[in-house]
Amino acid sequence: MKIELTPQQKIEQATFRDFVQEEIIPHADRFDQEEYTPPDLIEKIARQGYLGALAPLDSGGISMDMVTFGLLNEEFGRGCSSLRSLLTVHSMVIYAIQRWGNKQHKATWLPRLAAGEIIGAFALSEPNVGSDAKNIETTAELQGDSYILNGRKKWITYGQIADLYLVFAQCDGRVSAFLVERNAPGFDTRPLKGITGTRASMIAELFFRDCRVPKEQLIGGKGFGLASVATSALDIGRYSVACGCVGIAQACLDASLRYAGERKQFNAYLKDHQLIQQMLTDMLTNVKAARLLCYNAGYLKEVGAPNTIMETWIAKYFASTRAVKAANDAIQIHGANGCSSEYSLLRYWRDAKVMEIIEGSTQIQQITIANYGYQHPT
Amino acid sequence: MAAEIKTSVRAFLARFFQNVDLADDQDIFALGFVNSLFAMQMVLFVEKEFGFTVEDDDLNMDNFRSINAIAGLIERKTTAETAA
Repeated sequence: MKIELTPQQKIEQATFRDFVQEEIIPHADRFDQEEYTPPDLIEKIARQGYLGALAPLDSGGISMDMVTFGLLNEEFGRGCSSLRSLLTVHSMVIYAIQRWGNKQHKATWLPRLAAGEIIGAFALSEPNVGSDAKNIETTAELQGDSYILNGRKKWITYGQIADLYLVFAQCDGRVSAFLVERNAPGFDTRPLKGITGTRASMIAELFFRDCRVPKEQLIGGKGFGLASVATSALDIGRYSVACGCVGIAQACLDASLRYAGERKQFNAYLKDHQLIQQMLTDMLTNVKAARLLCYNAGYLKEVGAPNTIMETWIAKYFASTRAVKAANDAIQIHGANGCSSEYSLLRYWRDAKVMEIIEGSTQIQQITIANYGYQHPT
Repeated sequence: MAAEIKTSVRAFLARFFQNVDLADDQDIFALGFVNSLFAMQMVLFVEKEFGFTVEDDDLNMDNFRSINAIAGLIERKTTAETAA
């Protein structure tokens, strides 16, 4: 057994880190305050090829291996969870089309998504439905050559600017998935402001009022919207979020180590106070453990192992809860400074809290992972 | 070959359907505890174990309804891949 990144993965990791350090971190607090992602930054990310991370080579993507994709998400998460969430939802749409789309879907959408010419968004959550996805209220009815969609979606990441939406709706009593373009008749979006975390992720509410979608834009088999499309896309999303949480926790650790090594109280550096050392130790240990769970989940995806689904749940559960703890402790270590907008810690804390809710809440994970224990006793 | 496929599928299903002795033609959806997470793991299992890709067109409830149905899908897909 060998747990080590390949030389190529290390090179990629360094490239991701440099990009995030230079292009994202200096501006992330401002993006957060303004609840906005500048288009020119998205263009820079696209030029790096990161929006095509999971798209196949023949559509202009990078076809990144899953461990490297995890590294990309960790580095983005370290810098800005909102930008990480752009990678998340865009990659989820690409993955869904690549995995379950027909030839026409792939030819039409993948090259443009891979190049970042268009942005993808994942539209499952609704005003009345979060975890209980099976009971979404948006409907789709076949009329002639089109499906007619009616309903609302809420909390849709980058919904304000996306061009292509992967939308889930009840169709003949079961959930089906549809690719809906921004200019579809009867489709509209409304920005949502004032969210606590990932504030720059330009979330929106979506409205479908007799929205007409060509019947060819059904994806993944009628009635298989949850079992195939949503589950596989959410698996990628959950992995992306888990790795992003490692990044948040790493950012908290970096800030805490720096601060505790510079600030003196009682004539000694904070790092020499034992109760501070306890928090630093827990933070460091949790970051490393979460990262290993992510590596494991990524490796299992790469080899196509069925248990990657549940191992990703475990990685996300651990990484998100530990990111919240890391941010909480980092603020504690920084004292009043940690509560100030002069530091990024409040952003990490708010972003981390969101991670405990999205892509499977902590409570849904606690129920599901316990059941997994009976399926794989070892 | 068919018997080996069924044995392998049964062993996988046994993880999820504990304390149930599944008959080859038993409707696993009718048992009531099939969910989307199970379905995705099932897809990954047949792909990895038998070396083919489940396509958009294969997404039909009747292909996954029972051990017999799943074995039938596997035989059709592996035969098609071999022929190709």
